[in-house]
Amino acid sequence: MHLVYPAVLSALLFCTGLYGVLARRNAILVLMSVELMLNAVNLNLVAFDVWLSKAAVETLHSGQALTLFTIAIAAAEIGIGLAIVLAVHRDRGTSDIDRLRAAAEGPDDDPDDSDAPGHDSGAAATARGAAQADEKAEATA
Amino acid sequence: MNLAAQTHGFLSPTGVEIAFLLVGLATFGAALVTVTTKQLVHAALWLVVTLGGLAVEYLLLTAEFIAWVQVLIYVGSVVVLLLFGLMLTKAPIGRSPDADSPNRWAALAVAVAAAAALVWVVADAFRTTWIDLDGAAAGTTRVTGESLFQNWVLPFEALSVLLLAALVGAIVLSRKAKADADATTDTATPPAAATRPPAPGATRTQAPGTTRPPAPGGAQTPAPGSPQAPAPGGDRSAEEGAR
Repeated sequence: MHLVYPAVLSALLFCTGLYGVLARRNAILVLMSVELMLNAVNLNLVAFDVWLSKAAVETLHSGQALTLFTIAIAAAEIGIGLAIVLAVHRDRGTSDIDRLRAAAEGPDDDPDDSDAPGHDSGAAATARGAAQADEKAEATA
Repeated sequence: MNLAAQTHGFLSPTGVEIAFLLVGLATFGAALVTVTTKQLVHAALWLVVTLGGLAVEYLLLTAEFIAWVQVLIYVGSVVVLLLFGLMLTKAPIGRSPDADSPNRWAALAVAVAAAAALVWVVADAFRTTWIDLDGAAAGTTRVTGESLFQNWVLPFEALSVLLLAALVGAIVLSRKAKADADATTDTATPPAAATRPPAPGATRTQAPGTTRPPAPGGAQTPAPGSPQAPAPGGDRSAEEGAR
């Protein structure tokens, strides 16, 4: 097989993930795009390992071993990332990364939300938080 | 190039190459839909198509073990985790108009420029390189296991420690809020809830031990039968208790 096929597919997938990371607003969609980028790297590693395991003398199958390590680290990354996203969502009521500007804790006391769109979004988050609280109360009762 | 082109024709792709190309097109298309769709759950489901297509590509590259690990870990667990994350963050079902950032045209320009540069460089560099897929498969479970446990034992064990650390870290990140809520509820359950403003995002209803939240009138006595409350209690602990 021509090596250009997997290499080009890997480059295209990586750039798709790059677009997703830059253009998405929901934190979980950003995590999905990060997964796309990691998978592009994995495809590159596997393709070059298969090529070099025949073309080179001794490669220790380093590409496939590294791919397995990347998959495991990606699983750890997605677990930690989702835990962080859930904690932020519980604390602020949103997982929209454009609205998460203040690093300080506390609900909605960041001064950035005092401008018009931020304020509206804060009100929306309030309503959503209240509805969410009602659902939780009913669910736990 | 001449020497290579004698054995491999540019314009006569093999069956494996045609299959790789078709599956690659489907994979790339699914990836594009994943990053452009406005429905959040659909993005996760198209991600399944992308990851499954990549597993087929691994199979075509004779890396069997990686392919099945991909199916098990990515399609089996990562996508399920992402779907759970979407549900737990109350992602809207249906089209959400603010799924994309307003600077997506700049992002598109960056991505297209990066794609053009990468594809140009890669295609120019590996124009004359062919993968030899004949003979023994390069990635059977036997080959992968032997190399992994002969040459990569120490990184493998270090990786298990890293996975343990990630597990503990995820639990700590999830439990930190509960410890916080317990600290506030330990002092005095209803007054502490009263001192903390019922601000947005806090969304606290009740501690798991207490009864139903107070009535909307502001009375702090537990009033059963009034599920809609101003909710100053401990939603975090309630959520933790629900898990």
